[in-house]
Amino acid sequence: MLEVDGITTRYGAITALHGASLEVRAGELVALVGPNGAGKTTLLNTVAGLLRPATGSVRFDGADITGAEPATLVRQGLALVPEHRRIFKDLTVEENLRLGGTTASSADRKRRLEEAADVFPVLRAKWNTSAGFLSGGEAQQLAVARALMSNPRLLLLDEPTMGLAPTLVDVVFDLLQRLREQGRTMLVVEQNAHRILQIADRGYLLRTGNMVASGTGAELAADTSLFESFIGGSAGSSS
Amino acid sequence: MTKLIQTLVDGLGIGSTYALLALGISLIFGVMHLVNFAHGELITVGAYTAYFFFLHGGSWWWMPIAIIGAAVLASVSMEFVAFRWVRNSSPFTLLLTSFAIERISHALWQIFVSPKQRSFPKPEWVFNQFEIFGVSIEVMDVVTIAVTIATLCVTAVVFKRTMFGISVRAAAEDFDAARLMGTRANRVISGAFAFAGLLAGVAATLILMRTPAAEPSMGSDWLMKAVIAAVIGGLGSFSGAVVGGIVLGLLETLTRAYLPEVATGWDKFSTAVVFIIIAIFFVVRPDGIFKVSHAERV
Repeated sequence: MLEVDGITTRYGAITALHGASLEVRAGELVALVGPNGAGKTTLLNTVAGLLRPATGSVRFDGADITGAEPATLVRQGLALVPEHRRIFKDLTVEENLRLGGTTASSADRKRRLEEAADVFPVLRAKWNTSAGFLSGGEAQQLAVARALMSNPRLLLLDEPTMGLAPTLVDVVFDLLQRLREQGRTMLVVEQNAHRILQIADRGYLLRTGNMVASGTGAELAADTSLFESFIGGSAGSSS
Repeated sequence: MTKLIQTLVDGLGIGSTYALLALGISLIFGVMHLVNFAHGELITVGAYTAYFFFLHGGSWWWMPIAIIGAAVLASVSMEFVAFRWVRNSSPFTLLLTSFAIERISHALWQIFVSPKQRSFPKPEWVFNQFEIFGVSIEVMDVVTIAVTIATLCVTAVVFKRTMFGISVRAAAEDFDAARLMGTRANRVISGAFAFAGLLAGVAATLILMRTPAAEPSMGSDWLMKAVIAAVIGGLGSFSGAVVGGIVLGLLETLTRAYLPEVATGWDKFSTAVVFIIIAIFFVVRPDGIFKVSHAERV
């Protein structure tokens, strides 16, 4: 479904990705792990159209989407839950969700709003509250719910558990499991590497802009040497 | 007491005109991080539109629509012709671009119409007054305040209820995140310029009813006041712009009415006092009344 082929992305003089490649097939949950500064966020942002790669290509359902506008990609069925969530703090929970459904018809938007309220009871309780008043866990659920409003075929998630208390990390992992059971294709960047690899179909290990290992989730998770050398033990929930 | 009430009504009248202009400036600042110094030119465009139509037998019955239409068109063209091409440049480049548009506009009116003032008829009722509880009130003040309130209500509905309005508010907070939602940058920015043009068109109509004349540089004085009002309110804050406009209008009329009359030129003196008050205000609260902590650029 998604083929990233040898992309190099630069921020001015700094090269954050050196020809990284990965693939996500329909129905899969793919984990992208690696130490801080490895280029994980850069890769997701490049796929979602926020950054333009200097070289390489990104294909989505066979079509070349390299350097396409995020607004176009959302219409094609690709949504990103960005790093730090980036929910709109001045907007209410409902407005955030409606905005997530920008590309949907107004009937679809209405229906999905009701679904979101059913699936995320914490959001229903704060429906007309400014999103700036939400707790970290609520904000994360809002960020995911907002991305789902466009009913994406491929959902990219960047550090969905960042800064969350351990019990809330469980909530997010439950949510990922549920989405996966519904058949939603996902590419997840996650700091709890062991844990995400346990539920992922496949995983990739990125280090200083290079893809250094890949395999099934179980294989990567079992390979403790990889974690000692690249991640430095299992990462906690601190960011 | 009657003097105070009359002064307050006058202040609200002038302040609500500032508010409409400041709101447009704040709106554009929100989505582009640009203080648009060419915003005042929309009033000039409205004025020459009215002048042109009155030459050919215009009437105040439909003139507001012509003025507002011209302002909207001018605002959208301004973005399309000039700002779109420098959108990703530094804020300084954007600012210079807006100065350039302002200067070019002045020059074009001077060359193609006249450097001199051109006047046209005013509505007959405009300086009528009526008395209520012994206070005489100008009809035009009441019209101005009522039209402004109606315009602000429409604005509130647009920004609270429509997808366009929600997108603009989201883009003002975090443009990239709004793009990730599917918001098209071009559409939301030209929409914001169209709306700012609409607000400036309403303001221009109210201004021109009182002073029915067109002059090449007439937009600049209003622009200065509107920028000050937007900054008092906190640039990028919509409610701040409205409050800032009203506060500035009240300050102006109150100082004019209550300052002791210095032998000559007391009018200028009151302007000076207003600016001193504003300077002190910014020392105490540099971010304006409503602080906007985020203001993301495209």
